[in-house]
Amino acid sequence: MPTKIEKDLITGTDTTGHEWDGIKELDTPLPKWWLYVFYACIAWSLVYYVFYPAWPSLSSHTGGLLGYSSRVEIREQLAAQTAERAPFVERIRAASLEKIEGQADLLNFAIAGGRAVFAENCAACHGSGGAGATGFPSLADDDWLWGGSRDAIWQTIRHGVRNADTDSRQSQMPRFGVDGILKRTEIADIAEYVLSLSAMPADAAAAGRGAPLFAENCAACHGEKGEGNQELGAPNLADKIWLYGGSRLAVTESITNARAGSMPAWSGRLDDATIKMLTIYVHSLGGGK
Amino acid sequence: MPLDMAPEGLRPDEPVSTRVQRASVPLYASRIKVYPKAVAGFFRRIKWAVLAVCLAIYYTAPWLRWDRGAGAPDQAILIDLSGTRAYFFGIEIWPQEIYYLTGLLILAAVGLFLATSLFGRVWCGYACPQTVWTDLFLWVERMIEGDRNARMKLDQQDLSAAKAARKIAKHAAWLMIALLTGGAWVFYFADAPTALQAILTGGASVEMYFFIGLFTATTYTLAGWAREQVCTYMCPWPRFQAAMFDENTLIVTYQNWRGDPRGKHKAGQSWDGRGDCVDCRQCIAVCPTGIDIRDGQQLECIGCGLCIDACDSVMGKVGRPQGLITFDTFANQQALAAGKPSAYRLLRPRVIIYSSLLAAVGLVMLGAFLTRDTVELNVQRDRAPLFVTLSDGSIRNGYTIKILNKAREERRYELEVTGLPGATLNVVGHADAAGSDTVDLAAKPDSVASYRVYIAAPQAALEDGSMPIVFTVREQTTGERATYSSVFLGSGQ
Repeated sequence: MPTKIEKDLITGTDTTGHEWDGIKELDTPLPKWWLYVFYACIAWSLVYYVFYPAWPSLSSHTGGLLGYSSRVEIREQLAAQTAERAPFVERIRAASLEKIEGQADLLNFAIAGGRAVFAENCAACHGSGGAGATGFPSLADDDWLWGGSRDAIWQTIRHGVRNADTDSRQSQMPRFGVDGILKRTEIADIAEYVLSLSAMPADAAAAGRGAPLFAENCAACHGEKGEGNQELGAPNLADKIWLYGGSRLAVTESITNARAGSMPAWSGRLDDATIKMLTIYVHSLGGGK
Repeated sequence: MPLDMAPEGLRPDEPVSTRVQRASVPLYASRIKVYPKAVAGFFRRIKWAVLAVCLAIYYTAPWLRWDRGAGAPDQAILIDLSGTRAYFFGIEIWPQEIYYLTGLLILAAVGLFLATSLFGRVWCGYACPQTVWTDLFLWVERMIEGDRNARMKLDQQDLSAAKAARKIAKHAAWLMIALLTGGAWVFYFADAPTALQAILTGGASVEMYFFIGLFTATTYTLAGWAREQVCTYMCPWPRFQAAMFDENTLIVTYQNWRGDPRGKHKAGQSWDGRGDCVDCRQCIAVCPTGIDIRDGQQLECIGCGLCIDACDSVMGKVGRPQGLITFDTFANQQALAAGKPSAYRLLRPRVIIYSSLLAAVGLVMLGAFLTRDTVELNVQRDRAPLFVTLSDGSIRNGYTIKILNKAREERRYELEVTGLPGATLNVVGHADAAGSDTVDLAAKPDSVASYRVYIAAPQAALEDGSMPIVFTVREQTTGERATYSSVFLGSGQ
């Protein structure tokens, strides 16, 4: 609280009456031009009201003479960017995937564009950077279900996997346990054999019993040595990569219930050039063949 | 100064400090115009010399040339914003090296602290752009409107053709200087000869005209109109300078033990029983901030010493010793007032600390510049995916490496990664080098070369979840190296 307003002897200025530990606050007058600067700012704000959106009303707001809107501005910026990209997009539309790869500027454009599209559409399942997750294949490793060439990736993105698209990747693994094709003990033996294919610890006797069962029931798709078949989307069972887990339990579950992951077809949702960019990007993630 | 010493009994034309003129305390104070009088003397000569040197450097520096070879600008001092380079003679700074600017700013700040702790506000009084340009504008004003009394008279006159002519001439001259000031500023950011031609022919960019206009307006306003208001109300420096002062700092001082009691003095009168100050108020008349130095140290004082020159000339005329107003320390003043011998103490802890700081930062900067390489390496590890398990069970990590080639010619670098036994290196676009220990990478002149690098290692090589690895690039002809420490990450199983 102001206690005592007095005249400061040194400056001749009044004090405000505030005092802390003997230090008194001077009530030095503000320079008048400072006040005028404040008035000028108020005048400026009035000019702003006239030209720019300012006051809210119940359902809208005053528009201002310039008709400015940040939404319109961002729409214009997006349109300008699209126009700027158009020549590149046109070249990508016209070029083959191999041709795009051969031109440095086009390749960089495709990878950058593909990265953005991937983050919007693909990362939800495949993970950012194509890291993958259980049930959703990693796109950065060297193992491919349906092929890792540019053409194979392009085909997979366009038509998807196990969906209504007539050209989609199709295959169906039988549900060996649920449908009673194999007995539980047989499934257990096959599981041991599958584990042994990728040099994982397995019961040798059980694996021995599982080998002929594997040849009879599984080798048609997964190959005699479990090397897989990309024509059928049959995973390689002899490598260290397990889409649904490589534990004894997970392998047993896969044989019993079967697995059938699906992926939407993107040809109707993304345009040709975008799918090409996406293909180039996925191919560049480290596993492209 | 106590209030009861208000200027009673003064003739109306005698100089009065702004503080005394401000009689009552209103909520808002009008600016009281200061009419500094011309003065001659030792400090005025130094002030002119510093002004000449500062202005000469400011206007000529962008025109100095410095040959850097083909494809590089030949301007000695240039901040190339669009090219993202700064040039200072033989030094070229990349945006990544902005810490050099930090170093310079620290040097400038500590230098200012040191100068202030030794000599008070000499920066404010002599070298600050606000002081230099205000002084220049005052000189122009004096040339056109005359000295203090003539200017005061002119301002009190009713508007006439003669008055208008002088005022218009003054503002035209000010605006011209302001335009040249703003015009010179942009030369630091563009090739000066090209920019000058573009500006004169109307072919320069809108931005360039905008900045010329902006700096013309600020120069004209700050040096012509605002003047000491900038120092008193806008600048933070006067507010915290007191932290650098102590009782051994040389500041502009009125020796009141010698000057008081002050009073008018007629020729032939005795000097016994009175001080040397004849109350001629010339110290107030010449002061560019309009203060009375006899009130003691105050925040408006910029330490220019012009009042010393004014007082010395008066002391010479009345036959008393010079130096009634002088650069002196508070401690010495106390000693002299008490009749003790002079007591100066130059080396104080703060002086030693500021000096050592200055030397240390200066040495670090010097060392950094002398050992500055023409190559730098940055490595960004992929965060998604953190690592990838390959079909043979080995682990792969992805990196983006950036080689900064600061040389003016194309260079080839040998990339090597150490710290991970059994690792294979694969650079995208260098399929031929896959699997070898080193890869040969090119970088264009004065630019950043970016490469994708994949490193794979058997799971067994990972003793721990992560292994420290070192990327090294070595220039193949000069042997210059740059390294970057990163990590290789696995599942930790």
